[in-house]
Amino acid sequence: MVSVLKRSLAIITLLIIGYWIAQAFAGVPFGQDKMLVGQYYLNNVKAQTGAVNAVTAVVVNYRGFDTLGEVTVLFIASTGVGALLWKRKKERTARTEGSIVLTTGTRYLFPFVLIFGAYIFIHGHLTPGGGFPGGATIATGFLLLYMAFIVYEIPHKGFEVAEGLVGMGYVIVGLIGLMIGGYFLFDWIWQTWQLGTNNIGRLLSGGFIPVIYTIIGLKVGTELSGIIDNMIKEEVRE
Amino acid sequence: MIHISVYYFGAISLILIGLYAVLVKKNLLKMLIGLSIMETGVNLLLISVGYISGRSAPILSEGVGPNQAVDPIPQALVLTAIVIGVATTAMALSVAIILYEKYGTLNVEEIRRLRG
Amino acid sequence: MNCISCIEYIIVAIMIISAILAVEWKDLLAAAVGMAAVSLFASILFFMLQAPDVAMTEAAIGAALSGAVFIFAIKRTRRFETEEEEKPGWWMRW
Repeated sequence: MVSVLKRSLAIITLLIIGYWIAQAFAGVPFGQDKMLVGQYYLNNVKAQTGAVNAVTAVVVNYRGFDTLGEVTVLFIASTGVGALLWKRKKERTARTEGSIVLTTGTRYLFPFVLIFGAYIFIHGHLTPGGGFPGGATIATGFLLLYMAFIVYEIPHKGFEVAEGLVGMGYVIVGLIGLMIGGYFLFDWIWQTWQLGTNNIGRLLSGGFIPVIYTIIGLKVGTELSGIIDNMIKEEVRE
Repeated sequence: MIHISVYYFGAISLILIGLYAVLVKKNLLKMLIGLSIMETGVNLLLISVGYISGRSAPILSEGVGPNQAVDPIPQALVLTAIVIGVATTAMALSVAIILYEKYGTLNVEEIRRLRG
Repeated sequence: MNCISCIEYIIVAIMIISAILAVEWKDLLAAAVGMAAVSLFASILFFMLQAPDVAMTEAAIGAALSGAVFIFAIKRTRRFETEEEEKPGWWMRW
């Protein structure tokens, strides 16, 4: 009885809250132009950053410092998972081998998944995508390997070194901007070197956006693969 | 009666369903599933606020000028929020795993009773 | 009502139904799959709202990695929501 009472009380409260939210959003017209700073970005994105995809330009160029903070949050969350699930001796405890469809498909598909992820984050300034979905695609490839083979583990040493190097690379790119242009994460490739100015819409343009997005893609891929590795392994007792 | 768009309705419904799971359910993993659904709802709400009808995606190619694209800022916000969301969800799940190893249950009331 | 808005209504309805099922199912494995379905339909909605970047991210993360992380956690804890009902049976038990 108590649970039914509690449940109906919660539903009534939620309906009141939902009515309030809906009333608030009735004043926000759907599908109408209410851009303020977005219009400025759209007008100037080609001249100021060299990117065609405005979302990428906002993430990496205009708000690059925020993205550095978000990559830091990702790193801390991944480290937190590793620290919370730390055991003296951890091993994979899976018993059943993947079926023949899964193992054969993984064996042939894995390189293509990696190539597709790299394609997504290298072409982030031209097509939809970028470092975050590209890194997630790479992590999905490693998830496939983990599910298909019961003894597979990621190369831990290489992944740790790669994580550290790409994290440092982001800060170093920002510091070079500080040295050349006077502020952190200044787009030196586009603003100072003018590289690819008459090449907008092709791969070699966009200033440091492909560089930063390659860094972010490798970072996200290695962090998410590390999270999968930490979650899948269990403690073994002799 | 309030008239809102179907996207607003769906997003607000997802937020309320997630909040219901967080309020009523006692299982920790069920509460985390509710939080995850809530996060999807908030992302959908932000994206639908930035939509402008009749315009295309903010990728300025041939035929898509600066005045024919939707607002890029909510999309940039949500793009990073999704990735951060899965990392923090994984961290919350590892806390739940540790609680299960320590107390042998996932019921929050039971955990509260065993601790006190 | 033209056909595009029909599709919008149908997808929003399926999304809300799968969210309710994900919250109400006692089997946590089924609930995790329901949550992944919510993410998948949300990514279709993102695509229809002209946000292809977000749609790609949501499809890769919400539908694959998030569900996988939940399934690993369920494997290391227990599968059913309440402890007295823990016997294999009809998976749609409420």
